[in-house]
Formats: sequence, structure tokens, C-alpha cells
Amino acid sequence: MDLQTVSQINGFLAAFVLLTAFGMLAQKRIYSLIHLFAWQGFFLSVNTAIVAYVAGKHHLYISSVMTLSLKVIVLPYILHILVVKLKIRKEAETLVNIPATMLIGIALVIFSYYLTAPVTELSSLITRSTIAVALAVVMIGMLMMITRKHAVTQIIGFLAMENGLFFAATSATYGMPLVVELGVALDVLIAAFIFGIFFFHIHTTFDSLDVEQMTRLKEGD
Amino acid sequence: MMTPINIAATSVVLLLITGLSAGLLRRNQGLLIRVSFILSALASFMATASGIWTVKNGITEKIILPIGLPDLPFHLRLDALSGFFMTVIGLLSFFVSIYSIGYVKGFIGRRPVTRLVVFYCLFIAGMFMVTLADDALFFLVSWEIMAAASYFLVMFEDEKVENRRAAFLYMVVAHVGAIAILLSFGVMAGLSAGFESFSGFTFDAMRQAQFPVEWATVAFLLAFFGFAAKAGVIPLHVWLPEAHPVAPSNISALMSGVMLKTAIYGIVRVTFDLLRVFPWWWGAIVLTLGLVSAIMGVLYALMQHDLKKLLAYHSVENIGIILIGIGLAMIFTSFKMPMMAALALIAGLYHTLNHAMFKGLLFMGAGAVLHATHERNMEKMGGLIRRMPWTAVFFLVGCISISALPPFNGFVSEWLTFQAFLLSPSMPNQIMKLLMPMGAALLALTGALAAACFVKVFGVVFLGHSRGHHNQNIHEVDWSMRAGMMMASLTCLALGVLPTFFIEWTDVLSESLVGAKLSASAAAGGWLWLTPIAPERASYSGIIVFLGILAAYGIVYVVLHVNPGKIHRGAIWDCGFEKLTPRMQYNATSFAMPIRRIFGFLFLIKEDVQIKKAPHPAFPKRLHYFLRVRDRFWFWIYMPFTAAVFWIARKAGRFQQGRIQTYLIYSFLTLIVLLLVKSL
Amino acid sequence: MEGIVVEILQVTVLIALAPLFAGWVKMVKCRLQGRTSPGLLQPYRDLKKLFSKDIVLAENASWIFRFTPYLVFGTVIIAGAVVPILSTDLPLSLTADVIVLVGLFAIARFFTALAGMDIGTAFGGMGSSREMMVASLAEPAMLMAIFTVSLLCKSTSLTRIAEVISSAGFIAKPSLAFAFLAFVLIAIAENGRIPVDNPATHLELTMLHEAMILEYSGRHLALIEWAGMMKLFLFMAIGSALFFPFGIAATDNIAGIPAALLFLVLKLGAAGVALVLIETGLAKMRLFRLTEFLGGAFLMATLGMLSFFILE
Repeated sequence: MDLQTVSQINGFLAAFVLLTAFGMLAQKRIYSLIHLFAWQGFFLSVNTAIVAYVAGKHHLYISSVMTLSLKVIVLPYILHILVVKLKIRKEAETLVNIPATMLIGIALVIFSYYLTAPVTELSSLITRSTIAVALAVVMIGMLMMITRKHAVTQIIGFLAMENGLFFAATSATYGMPLVVELGVALDVLIAAFIFGIFFFHIHTTFDSLDVEQMTRLKEGD
Repeated sequence: MMTPINIAATSVVLLLITGLSAGLLRRNQGLLIRVSFILSALASFMATASGIWTVKNGITEKIILPIGLPDLPFHLRLDALSGFFMTVIGLLSFFVSIYSIGYVKGFIGRRPVTRLVVFYCLFIAGMFMVTLADDALFFLVSWEIMAAASYFLVMFEDEKVENRRAAFLYMVVAHVGAIAILLSFGVMAGLSAGFESFSGFTFDAMRQAQFPVEWATVAFLLAFFGFAAKAGVIPLHVWLPEAHPVAPSNISALMSGVMLKTAIYGIVRVTFDLLRVFPWWWGAIVLTLGLVSAIMGVLYALMQHDLKKLLAYHSVENIGIILIGIGLAMIFTSFKMPMMAALALIAGLYHTLNHAMFKGLLFMGAGAVLHATHERNMEKMGGLIRRMPWTAVFFLVGCISISALPPFNGFVSEWLTFQAFLLSPSMPNQIMKLLMPMGAALLALTGALAAACFVKVFGVVFLGHSRGHHNQNIHEVDWSMRAGMMMASLTCLALGVLPTFFIEWTDVLSESLVGAKLSASAAAGGWLWLTPIAPERASYSGIIVFLGILAAYGIVYVVLHVNPGKIHRGAIWDCGFEKLTPRMQYNATSFAMPIRRIFGFLFLIKEDVQIKKAPHPAFPKRLHYFLRVRDRFWFWIYMPFTAAVFWIARKAGRFQQGRIQTYLIYSFLTLIVLLLVKSL
Repeated sequence: MEGIVVEILQVTVLIALAPLFAGWVKMVKCRLQGRTSPGLLQPYRDLKKLFSKDIVLAENASWIFRFTPYLVFGTVIIAGAVVPILSTDLPLSLTADVIVLVGLFAIARFFTALAGMDIGTAFGGMGSSREMMVASLAEPAMLMAIFTVSLLCKSTSLTRIAEVISSAGFIAKPSLAFAFLAFVLIAIAENGRIPVDNPATHLELTMLHEAMILEYSGRHLALIEWAGMMKLFLFMAIGSALFFPFGIAATDNIAGIPAALLFLVLKLGAAGVALVLIETGLAKMRLFRLTEFLGGAFLMATLGMLSFFILE
């Protein structure tokens, strides 16, 4: 594979990652959300593997496999179990309507392009142009956490943010040191477990996973 | 000497004489109308001719009149830019003057029209003088003549409260704007020749001066604010949909069609001719406000069911589209891309002319409808195409033109604006590159919504069944009104199918303002094809589209009518209900409902449905629907502003005591303070 | 001279093959849903039947109502003369670029909507109102898709775009992929297919386009139906010219035209199957969910534009 092709494939995968991020922003059904999340992980993992091949960094292969196993299989599985166990069937509600959310998302992409343009000019890696996408994915994950009311969608937003950070690391510097990555992966896994446990408790306390309900925790009303 | 400027000046003098001597004929109103409007048509025609001539040959002429202030005689100048706007104003005034012969007759027996005639002539003369002015003083004098004359025209039917209120609002906004323009000229004059002499007040002195960028910015922002208030740019638009509809329709046509254009003239004159050098973000401001005006204008228009108010909101939209072109031209100019700037500028100016034509036409059509039905509310119209076939055709031409549909003129200028947008990727500024396509998308949305709005207008007013009760004596309007509308329609078509001639004609203009010509590339493939940049980049041929559709239509028609089947006339399909009434038709409110729902968050909407209960809930006895859509800007900007003004007025009111001694003390104190200041 | 022959050939192909394509879509749909199909040539038979029938015209129909079918038919034919269906050697292609093409479809829609209002029934008005809403939301998305393609090709002329893309092999561009997705969504909306509109429905409340033309009969209806089929055909051809211009004969290659015809048939066959898959897989959306659908189209087109600047 010559560099031209690699950079094109890299661009394509970045586009797919961005597309899945927007897909998650727009998707109301919780199962489809989980599937989209898994797809995003898949594209990330493929992208990491390609970067590993081009840059000759072998530890990236490990990251790639880890992403594949953790974000494509384990986490979606946990979320799936959670949704089934908690009998969540209702569509996730949004605070802002979907077209407006998308427009904000587009604005965020433009903003992150604006922010990363100087970095991109300094870098000489072939993956440099995807930094803007990575930052945008982080921001869109954040946006998703803000606009959604449902706790499970919020955690998906959180995980999507983590995906974005991982992507940023891969495209800006060909990945973080392996130790850091292992640590982050472990963190995410544990976070997912803790979230799961919390959800059970929230669910038993409020009979709902709508985070709006938490306003009831305030004293004095 | 037959030079353009002499013809133009003669035309102004003719208008002034006609206006001021109209009182002589006030005993015979019919004769007064005929004489004065034919004279004003003649004057407008002369002005148009001189304008076309000036632009065609790129003439610049000056006259200095020894009247005015002692040190500052009136400077008149006719160059390509003034000539262009003189053509725009003159052409529409010519059509409207002919139209007015019939229209104003409708007032005979109801009210004297002398005042209308006087101010009509002064109004047109004022607009011509604005374009001719070459010093700040004469410009402002003309500007005020124009504003005052139009104020009295808005007040023409002054027994109605809404007219007086609208006229007052108009006067206030016009003066706030005029003050800003005055200050802007003051800044430029002071910087170009110091504050001691009057010599800086001529535009020539301003052209020669070099302005420091921060003062230039101050001057630009002031001027832009002032002109934007006159042009009805959002958020300074609120007076426009109040004032334009209440004037007589020939006046509405002129106000919407050309008076707003004097503001565009001012913006172009100040930025491209007087200040000349500017940073790109000025253009960005103009562009952004243009986009906001375009999209909000059309959305507000969709919510209206008062025909003339709807058209007035469309003026806000179209002023927005013109400003998009001019803003783009400013951005391209500041990035030193003259060719692209020329394209954007010509797109904006082309739309200026086009808007004058089709908006004038539409207001004339609305006037004809008003003349025949005495009704402005669209919910009470319908089926007029059968009673007023000619008006319907002309109005339809206006609708197609304003909806930016080929092959009429609105399409050409919007297409050129799109082409200018498509060139934005060559800008050196990164963030602009990414934001520009959004602007293009908004423009596309505007165009499509305008089409939806005019389907509504034409469908509700002219098609279907009549929704009103009094449709007994509706009749087609007389020859002069039809002639005025027909000439405007034909101009719309001609500007739509022959754009290359227009571009060739305006070459001088773009060369003098941004330093590049468009015609070499625009007519590269011959006059049939408009190719703004290069034939392989983009091309359009209005005339082939027009003739092609006609030809295809003709062939299909002939083929099918070799052996035509019979046509049976039957009742409309009612699903077996048998009790269809005209009230079951879609009306203006229901037509706009889907769009109202989607873009509802932009308006203040109050909606209320009351159902009178009946034995069975599926068959209510009576249903009452109430809907009120209001402009949010009233509450965001105007209400706080008015509240503040009233607060200040109350505070200032304390100085008013009614005792003469107190006032003397005020004068005395002022005198002391002034003497002190002078002695320091 | 050759150009004129090609023009005539193209328009003939458009007029003649459009019903065949409509028949193909119908047939595949029937087969996929386990029904017996009426056969490939059914649209021709329908048109023939309509043309031989008398017209029943509402009492108060004005000239707008009778003028519209011819106008709609005429604009589609003009559009057919500028889209490179078979060859890029089109003397008339200078007449209109993509934006003008959008304008041509818009004027046909404008008059159809007026015709819907002309009779003064509730259905007609409803159809017009909804159609104009859908159109106005589709327009920005369409323009953004055009913008993206023109960024790559530095042109909005369809023949030019077809030439540039087929010579440069731009397939592996994310921006083009996004623009293509957007174009598919817009084509569905513009042609009134499921999930935006159901062309086969006769339930009044779900109709958009059909509601506008409810009062048409005889040759008027035939012209409108035929123009509708041609519009669908043209959208497929535009899609092929913008994104898959392979096989379209180049300028001064008149010998390539038979091959181009073969490619066209193959492409249309595949496009028809894809259309059927979309239509069978989705249900018609509620009217006010269309904002999400068309918002999605706009998003795709915008992402295409952004990824051109960011990734390429």
C-alpha cells in the first residue's frame, strides 16, 4: 500500500467515524444506538490497525485488538444486557429537536476544524487531517450527553467521547504509550461496570432512567 | 447641451415643477391626474434614458450649482453608479406613473388627490436627487425630501389609526437612520479636510482622502446602520411591513421597489467609492445580515395573510439577497480577487434591478386587486383569475420572477449569487471557506420558501373559489393600469432571457468599483449563453430554456390535438360528500401551516382552538380557531428601546416646569457654560 | 451535427424508456413482496389508456389547470436535453447547469402546486402545501450536494462533472460518498417515493403529490404521469452522471453510444432494485418526521463538504 492510498483509506474511516457519531446524535432507538456505537468502535479499530501497519508501531496492533474486543464486543454486550434487564423499550427522548441538534453538531465540526488547523499545519503525519474529526467526535459525544435525558444514552455519549480521544491520540501522535492505553481501557471498562450498577440502583429508586427525575433529589421542594 | 446629466437635471426640475404646480389644477381632479402622471412618466423616462446612456458609455459628469450654504454649493455628479440607480428608479417610476393614471382615478369621489400628486412628484424627484448628489449636504437634503415626501404619502389615508401609527414609526426610524448617515459623513469629512472648512463635505474630497482604518470602520458602521434602517434590514425592519402596505399601492410599489434601493446605493457608494479600502469582516457583517434578512423575511412573509404586508416582508427578503451579493463582493475585494468581486457585485446589482421590476409589478398587481375588491385580506379572496384575467397573468409573472424560477429575471440574479458563493473556496481564510456553503444553503432555502409563499399568494388570491361575500362587481382594471403592469412583466422576461446584454452594459460599473470586467468571460460563448466565469465552469441560457419550454409545449399540444378527445365539464370530486363549500378550501393560514410548524420557534405564536360541545364529540357544533403570529424582534429590540425612550422622556420632562423664569435660568446657564468652554 | 443527432437520440431514449423503468421498478417490487407483477410494459398500457380517454374537467378549472400538464412535460424534456444520459457531446448542455436543472424542476413543481390550488378542493390545497414544504426543505440539501461535487470538479455543468469524474477516478473520496448519500435521499423526496410519499396510495390523508393531481384525467393525467416517470428516470441519470459516469460516451465518440446505452440499462436496472429495496424496507414517514429525513440529507451533504476541506 502506498501512502496515497493509506491516507485515502484513513480519510474514509475518519468520515465513517464522524458519520456514526452523527448517527448516534440523531438516533432515537436505544438498540440502534448501541449498534452504531459498536460500528464506531469497529471503524476505529480498523483505522488503528492501518496506522499501525503504516507507521510500523507494533503496540498499535494491541490497541487495535483491544478496541475491537472491548468496544465492539464487550461494552455493547454489557449495554445490551443492561437494556434488556431494565426493560427499556421507550425511545430515548431528546431535549432539543433532532435537526437542531444536527446543526449544532455541524457547527462543532467547523469549530474543531478551526481549532486544529494550526496543529494540522505543524504535523507531518499522514493521519494529521483526521485530528479535526477526532476532536469533533469528542465534542459530539459531549453534546449527546447534554441533549439526551436517558441515562443509558448518556453513557453511550460518554463512551463515544472516549472513542474520540482515542482517535485523536492515534491521528495526532500515532497513539499513546501502551501503558496509558491499557490504563484507559481498564478505566472505561470499570466505568461501564460502575455505570451499570448505578443504573440498577437509579432504576430501583426512581422507577425510571430519565435523569430529569434526579431533580427530585434536591432538598426543599 | 444634450448630455446625460443635463437630461437628468431637467427631469428633476420637471418633476419639481409638476409637483409644485399641481395645486393649480386641483379643481379638475381628472385632468390633474392625467397631466401630472403623464408628465412624471415623461420625466422618469428621461431619467432612465440618461441613466442608460451614462452607464453604457461610462460617462462621468459634474455640475456645481451655486445654491445651498455659502461655502458649500450643491455638487451634482452623474457617474456609472448613479446612472445605474437612476435607471432602476426611472424605469419603475415610468411604469408606475402610467399605472397611476388609472389607479389614482379610483380615489376620485372619495377624497381629493392633489396631495398625493404633489408628494408623488417630490418623492421621485427626491430619489433622483439622492443618486445625483456629490456632496454630503445635498445628499442629506435630497434624502430628507425623499423621506418627508414618502411620509406624507404613507399618511395619505390619514383617517385610519394604523396609517398614522405606521407613518410615525417610519418617520422615527428614517430619522434615526439619517442621523447615523449624517454622523458618518461628518467623520469622513472631518478626516478628509479637517473640521474647520466645509470642503471635506464633497464626495470628491472624501475620495481623495486616506482614512485610518479605525475611523473608516466607525464611518462604515454608522453609514451601514443608517442605510440598513432605510432598507429594512433585519433587525431594523419593523417599520417596513407597517408603512409600505398602508400607502396607496402605486406608492407601495415605488417604496418597496426603488426607495429601498437608494439605501443600497448609499451602501455601495460609501464602501466601494468613498472608503475604498476595508478589512474582510465588514463584508462578513453585510453578508450575515443579508442572510438573516433573507431567511427571516421570507418566513415572516409566509405567515402573513394581508397581501400587501406579505409583499412588504418579501422586500426585506430581497434586500437581504442583494446584500448577500454586495457582502460577498466586499469580502472578495478585501482579499484582492477582483474578478470574483465583480461577479458578486453584478449579482447584487442585477438583483437590485430585478427586484425593482418584479416587486413593483407585484405591488401594482396587489393594487389592482385592491382597486377591484377593496380587500387586502387574502382569506377573503379567491377565484380572481376569472374576473381579472390580465391582472392574473401579470401577477403570475411577478410571482414566478420573485420565486427565482427560470426563465424569468429573479432566477438569473440568484443564480449569479450562487456562482459567486461557489467561488468562495478560493478565499484565503480557512473558516470562511467552511461557512460560505452554509450561506449558499440558506439562500437556497430562501428561494424555495419564496416559491412556496407565492404558490400560496397566487393560489389563494387568484385560483379556487371566492372566499369572500362581495364578489358581485369585481372587474378587470383599465388600460393604463394594465399597460403599467404589462411593461413591467415584459421587462422581467427580458431581463431573464437576455442577461448577457445587462452584464455588458454594467461592465463600466464593476470596472470602476472593483476593477474587473465580467463581460469578456460572461459572454464568452456568445450572447445566448451566460457564462460568468468560464463556459466549462457554469452556464445558463434563459432564452433557450424559455423557447425550449415553449417549443416542447407547442409540439406536445399539436401532437395531442390532432385527434383530441372530448372535454366534459363536471363538478369537482367531493368524495360523495355533496356539500362542499368555498370555506373548505385551503386558505393562506392553512397553506402555511406545515412551514409554520417547522419554523415555529422563530415566531411568537398564539394558537387557540375552541370547540363548542355537541352530543357527539366527532360532530362539534362550532369550532373557533384563533391564530396570531408576531415578530419576535418587537420584543427583543423595540420594546426595550421604547421603554428606555419613555423613561428618558419622563426624566427630561422634569425640566419642563411651565415657569418662564426657569427656562430663562436654563438659557443663562447654557450661555455661561459655553462662554467658559470657549475661554478655556 | 453529430451533437444534434445525440440530442434527439437522448430525448427519444428518455421519452421511450422512462415508462419501461417505471415498469421495472413496479415489477421488482411486486416480486420482492411476493405478488404477481403486472409485467414490464404495464406503464405503456396505462398511458395508452389514459390518452384515449376523454377529459373530465372541473367546472371552475382555469387555464392554469389545463396549461400545467404541457408545461411539466416540456420542462422535463428540456432537462433531458442537458443531462448526459448517453453522451457528454451535447450542444444544449450549455443551456443549463445543475442549479438551472433544479430550477427547471422547481418551475414544474410551482405550476403543479398552482394546479392543485386551482380547483379549490381541500385535497388539492393540502397536496400543494405539503409538496412545497418538502421541496423547500430538500432544496438546501440539494444545493449543498451540488456544492460538494463542484468543489471537486470546479464546475456545476453536468457534462463537465461527468467528464472530470470519469477521467480522474475519484471514487475513493469520502466527500463524494457523502454527497451521493445525500443525493439519494433528495431523489427519494423529489420523486415522491417511500418513505416521503407513497406514489401508489389512494388514501387521501397520506398523499402529497397524488393529492395535487387528483382532479386530472385523460391526456392531462397521462402527461403528468409520464412526466413523473421521466423525472424519476432523469434523477437516476443525474445520479449516474454525478457519481458513476462510467460508460457515458465522451465528446466525439459517437461509436461509444451503443455501449453507453447498454451501461445505462445496467445502471438503471441496479438503481431500480436499490430503489425497491429502500421502498420495501421502510414505511412511509409521518409528515412532520420528514424534517428529520431531509435534515439527514442536509447533514450528509454538509459532511461531504466538510470532509472535502478537512480530509482531502
